[in-house]
Amino acid sequence: MHPLLKMILQRIALGLFTLFAISLVVFLAVELLPGDLAEQILGQSATPETVAAFRAELGLNMPAHVRYLDWLVGIVQGDFGRSLANNREIAELISVRLGNTLFLACYAAAIAVPLSISLGLLAALLRGGIFDRVINIVTLSSVSFPEYFVAYILLLFLSVRMSMFPSIADFGSEASLLEMMYRTFLPALTLVLVVTAHMMRMTRTAIVNLLAQPYIEMARLKGASPARIIVRHALPNALAPIINVVALNLAYLITGVVIVEVVFVYPGLGQLMVDSVASRDIPVVQATCLVFAGVYILLNLVADILSIATNPRLLHGR
Amino acid sequence: MKIGVLKDAPKTAILGLVIILIYAVLGIFAGQIAPHGETEIVGMEFEQWGGEFLLGTDNLGRDMLSRLIYGARNSVGIALATTALAFSIGSVLGLLAATLGGWVDQFLSRFVDMLIAIPALLFALLLLTIFGTGIVNMIGVIAVLEMTRVFRLTRAVAMNVVVMDYVQAARLRGEGLWWQIRAEILPNIAAPLVAEFGLRFCFVFLAVSALSFLGLGIQPPTADWGSMVRANAALITFGDITPLLPAAAIAVLTISINFVVDWVLHCASGLKD
Amino acid sequence: MDDILLKIQDLRIEGRQGKTWFTIVDGINLELRKGEVLGLIGESGAGKSTLGLAAMGYSRDGTRIAGGSINFDGTDLLSLTEAGRRDLRGRRIAYVAQSAAACFNPAHRLIDQFTEAPVQIHGLEDKATSEKHARELYDQMHLPDPDGIGLRYSHQVSGGQLQRAMTAMAMSCKPDLIIFDEPTTALDVTTQIEVLTAIREVVRKFNTAAIYITHDLAVVAQMADRIKVLLQGQEVEEAPTEEMLAAPKEDYTKSLWAVRSFRSEPKPKPGQDDVPVVRVENVTAEYRPGEPVVKDLSFDIHHGRTVAVVGESGSGKSTAAKVMTGLLPPVEGRLLLDGNELPPSLANRTKDHLREVQMIYQMADTALNPKQTIRRIIGRPIQFYLGLQGKQLEERIRDLLDAIELEPDTYIDRLPSELSGGQKQRIGIARALAAEPRCIICDEVTSALDQLVAEGILRLLKRLQDKRGLSYMFITHDLATVQAIADDVVVMQKGRVVEQGPKEDMFQPPHHPYTDTLLRSVPQMEPDWLTRTLQKREEA
Repeated sequence: MHPLLKMILQRIALGLFTLFAISLVVFLAVELLPGDLAEQILGQSATPETVAAFRAELGLNMPAHVRYLDWLVGIVQGDFGRSLANNREIAELISVRLGNTLFLACYAAAIAVPLSISLGLLAALLRGGIFDRVINIVTLSSVSFPEYFVAYILLLFLSVRMSMFPSIADFGSEASLLEMMYRTFLPALTLVLVVTAHMMRMTRTAIVNLLAQPYIEMARLKGASPARIIVRHALPNALAPIINVVALNLAYLITGVVIVEVVFVYPGLGQLMVDSVASRDIPVVQATCLVFAGVYILLNLVADILSIATNPRLLHGR
Repeated sequence: MKIGVLKDAPKTAILGLVIILIYAVLGIFAGQIAPHGETEIVGMEFEQWGGEFLLGTDNLGRDMLSRLIYGARNSVGIALATTALAFSIGSVLGLLAATLGGWVDQFLSRFVDMLIAIPALLFALLLLTIFGTGIVNMIGVIAVLEMTRVFRLTRAVAMNVVVMDYVQAARLRGEGLWWQIRAEILPNIAAPLVAEFGLRFCFVFLAVSALSFLGLGIQPPTADWGSMVRANAALITFGDITPLLPAAAIAVLTISINFVVDWVLHCASGLKD
Repeated sequence: MDDILLKIQDLRIEGRQGKTWFTIVDGINLELRKGEVLGLIGESGAGKSTLGLAAMGYSRDGTRIAGGSINFDGTDLLSLTEAGRRDLRGRRIAYVAQSAAACFNPAHRLIDQFTEAPVQIHGLEDKATSEKHARELYDQMHLPDPDGIGLRYSHQVSGGQLQRAMTAMAMSCKPDLIIFDEPTTALDVTTQIEVLTAIREVVRKFNTAAIYITHDLAVVAQMADRIKVLLQGQEVEEAPTEEMLAAPKEDYTKSLWAVRSFRSEPKPKPGQDDVPVVRVENVTAEYRPGEPVVKDLSFDIHHGRTVAVVGESGSGKSTAAKVMTGLLPPVEGRLLLDGNELPPSLANRTKDHLREVQMIYQMADTALNPKQTIRRIIGRPIQFYLGLQGKQLEERIRDLLDAIELEPDTYIDRLPSELSGGQKQRIGIARALAAEPRCIICDEVTSALDQLVAEGILRLLKRLQDKRGLSYMFITHDLATVQAIADDVVVMQKGRVVEQGPKEDMFQPPHHPYTDTLLRSVPQMEPDWLTRTLQKREEA
């Protein structure tokens, strides 16, 4: 177990380092702005006095590394600063929105992951048949659709034409879980459609790639049935690529929901980020970017560790 | 020889090729084909289909059909330029990393690992906040982000070739780096690279259209499919499908490319047996 | 006759290439009695593996059984449903493949793969019984730690042990018939002998019938009661083992039997003062600091002579070649070319240094760029080193093709994929010759080839040496090849030289103990060789 532990610790350290590097990029990127934040916000008509006063208020007179450390220390303690647009605590803004985004992502993942893996296994089992070919064309198409296309089609048919679901996925803070699931069904379904295709396709590929292996032929020659070969002999060896694809798509669910949130006017983190980009509310953009990156890195880290843990060569040393 | 290859192609791939060809013609001859100008206001807002305006007018009273045709030039052209940029950077770096190995490989790979660890769309949003929205900035930002994927693929496929004895033989002969890459490696990874170009284009195309949809990419009044969807989205709540047309245009092109890429990859893997 | 277990009649199997079907197995008849071992022998493309799999009613993807009948113990396999055939596989007919490392599923323990057929697939017995059975078989196969080895995963067990574990796995349902498909081909000779012994013992003990597929005559002589020779999907002849070895009837069989008789004549020994073409002096090399793969290696390669570097896998013989080419600069010691020091690293060698030492590779498939024509492959070194262009270049390429006995007009514009394995290897030789070198490193150049083809390559190399005064460093694991071509022999084990000298001395006792083991492990063509060797071992 010793080398395994070492590997996992290495991955964690790498993840932390990446997060640190991203924080540096996020911070330095703002430093690259022509002029500084104060001039940006106040515009060209501001008098030098007001700019100077504003600078002092934001602490822009300090050298960059001091401000970076302040910012970083604040974030570690949960203080992201204040929004320029409405002067509210960013941490407060983010926490509600992050919760909403995570809810939507988990909702979609809970449907998409089991669905796509079982469909992928089925397609591998029935490869070459009608089912496989239909699935192939359907998934190829659905990876090719822009998300907003899928979203608007669902909206048009299930909401506008058939009035089955609400078109705006907003819910009060009092809503019950069932109510929330009903109101967010359309955005969740959009996400499911978008990620299922990719995960399924990759699951199928990961399995089919293994079928030429001699140990698969060996299993056939032992009299194993096709289903047994897929589930017992191919799947355990395809876990690492499957886990990685699932992680990639989960990360996408969290970071890529921006468009779905915009279409369905869902109060998530992505929506907040887009609004902040439009209004150039830079501290909020920085904060959301960092939070998203943190979640993303965490997911990749978990995937990495899981795929190490499913590799018998690493799990059981020589 | 080309025609012989096409005869064995599956129907989906031929359909894909035909559609790509149509898009290309529309894009190149947009000025001649489109009935109205790109930004010309020719009627009332949101006019119905039929009559003078085959597909009605948009939110400012511009001819929808004309803007769709011009979109083929703008949206596809920009995505193509971005892909070409991403591809040239990524494949050259990937080939260098695979051929030289050692610290060059280590440095480039770690650098790309880090770029990939940042979620692409967010990074694009951050950079666009800072550098401002605009076509050149968007091309640059997306090219750098997509370059990482091209790098990884090129490096991976080139690595498979670099370990071959014939590359070692060239090295032992004393051949220079350029010869090794051009004569020994490149011809053997051409097929997956072509396929990758198609796939990358789809990703770039979708990313550009997503940014434009969010109002952060190609700016009005340039006719662009992503922003056209957003600008006319209000119509959907009235049950009108017009805003979906540009989205469908995107979808049809990406599907077609995917069909062709699928076939190219299939051929490439088939030749190995 | 009642005791016939397997009867194959007029079997035809076809394989697909693109949209056309071609014949792999062409009208084969075969009969096997209970407890009998039939040896199937032939070169690659003879259809022996395909035939072996067909005995289980199995055909690989891209192949189909096009005609004939396969009758196993009264059942016609071809008229059974797929489920019916599955019921026989593993239970009554089992299979042992060439590469055990690839045939064990890396995700499961060995013992779980042993019990899979009897317990989960065929439901013959419960898991505890089957595991007990496994441990007994592991013990009978002379596997170390029979109680514990089943708990391991395939990557934790060595190749020879895995091969025995796979044979045990095939015995798990006590089948009536086992197909052995080249089970020892991938192993070193000293390991091969252990696996052969174990296989023979269990097969005899359980009175299991077997089809033993191999390209190695000496091996099949130890295992089989009868031998059937195949050539391109057709039967050449069949006879009891003793008879077949003593008096083969057909020309093809005779040529197979004669392959090992090729010997180069002894050459005069080089004088004391002769400067060797290449001298390797006290070389130590390593991939990771502190873990030398080659230690204190010294030998000379003289003008017009062949030095064979012999050893099993992991002996460091390929690393020695890497040091000579400059790919792996040594940490200690030096290399001399014609008495002058050769820069250790490839980057510091001049074009002339590089030209003088050329290399021929084991796998001709990966040694030739699949996208270049023969003209380009051979032409490039001529252009590069000698600067010939146009007509002169063309002439030189044609001369070289003549030298390797390939008709220039036919072959010059072909791609490597349009050549056979032996032809590809000849192109590899031509490419090395094109540089007009003094010394050529031959890295296992015949191991991937059929014996007849390999012999052709050896004869060609010999002729070229005599004509052009070439020196060869010949890396091989095969002692028969050493006997055929070497002038001097260097025996390596675990990175060190255990013994070296002229061939005449090396094959005469007294030997170093390791050389002795190596020599004694090479199967001989007499049917009782294995028995005698084992007896000698017992005595020792």
